[in-house]
Amino acid sequence: MTTYDETPERQEIEALLPWHAAGTLADRDAQRVEEALAQDRELSRRFALVREELAATVRLNDALGAPPAGAMERLMLRIEAESPTGRSRLALGGLADWLAMQVGRLSPRALAFAVGAAAAMILIQAGLLATFSITRYDANGFQTASIPRSGEIGIGFVPAANAAEITKFLDTYHLTIVAGPRPGGLFMTRPESAPLPKDGLDGLVRRIQQESHIVRFAAVEE
Amino acid sequence: MVATNSMNRTSAAMQTTSDEALIERIAAGDKLAMQVLFARHQVRVYRFVLRLVRDQSVAEELVGEVFLDVWRQAGRFEARSTASTWLLAIARYKALSALRRRTDQGLDDDKAATLEDPGDSPEVAVLKKNKGEVLRQCLTALTPEHREIIDLVYYHEKSVEEVAQIVGIGENTVKTRMFYARKRLSELLKAAGIDRGWP
Repeated sequence: MTTYDETPERQEIEALLPWHAAGTLADRDAQRVEEALAQDRELSRRFALVREELAATVRLNDALGAPPAGAMERLMLRIEAESPTGRSRLALGGLADWLAMQVGRLSPRALAFAVGAAAAMILIQAGLLATFSITRYDANGFQTASIPRSGEIGIGFVPAANAAEITKFLDTYHLTIVAGPRPGGLFMTRPESAPLPKDGLDGLVRRIQQESHIVRFAAVEE
Repeated sequence: MVATNSMNRTSAAMQTTSDEALIERIAAGDKLAMQVLFARHQVRVYRFVLRLVRDQSVAEELVGEVFLDVWRQAGRFEARSTASTWLLAIARYKALSALRRRTDQGLDDDKAATLEDPGDSPEVAVLKKNKGEVLRQCLTALTPEHREIIDLVYYHEKSVEEVAQIVGIGENTVKTRMFYARKRLSELLKAAGIDRGWP
């Protein structure tokens, strides 16, 4: 046990030592601490302990590393996913306000039903778009469009998919998002491995299409 | 080429823009400003959250949530605090919410243990006469409340007022909590064989 000047003023100064070590005290307080340190050897010894703690804390935190690569891309993906709503709101003006007011009046149960119905409509539209715009048929059966294959896969996610699920999905299939979202909420992705042959790409798309809990639409970019 | 040069100039200018100006731009829908703010603060936010939740995948997810909130709420930022203080306050709220959810689901002790014990135990470190290692071990053994305040003061360089804003307590309580966190740290060190002669 150390015998020491424990007057309220000295205790107040000692309480400021951590902030003095971090350099975050106001000038006036920093000057008070400096003056006390110059006159008091025990306070100086305690200040040395504080500096040790600071150094250890910095080292401990620095050792925690950083978020994995791709964190910014995933964030921007989520922001992009929110943008169409904003654009629509700007474009529709008063209509959007009216709609928001009507939605606000709905009970949670009615709102859930409306959201479900809207999701079903989106799925139907996506299916129709996929049928008419992505593929075409000729006498030889299924055929790719005239533009050469880019090696990219267009993917639309279900509205309920969150960022963690999408990230996990992309990791599972070793896909990287290269563009999007395009109209209809499609993201263009590319396999991280070397460009896949046609059969490999088609096989990959078929497997992705099985992930119906997260993917509402997937097709090779033509 | 002209467009690329123009974008590069814009990006370079953004690097020197203050956080508060970036948030103003973000409120106006500027995604480049969002990227600059993210690049500037993501590591510190990640480490702050990781020290609280002790789970890397949860921390990664929460960092995304924090910056998504910034995107959504940038218009409400009133610059009464610094941007980093605002970010840490959002991060803290999200981390505590995640911890509450996890407590409800039952803690994953194995996962927590892997983060809590990256090196030798304090006793082994003492035997090796590695005081710095013992200190770090004891810092990780503090309660989340004590870890938080020590990190905010020492690592995030937050003033008394800023810690009060982030944690939502009075300034005197900030000082008292810091004192007790340091006192507990000394007790842990003493138990590990290092008597600092304080308090």
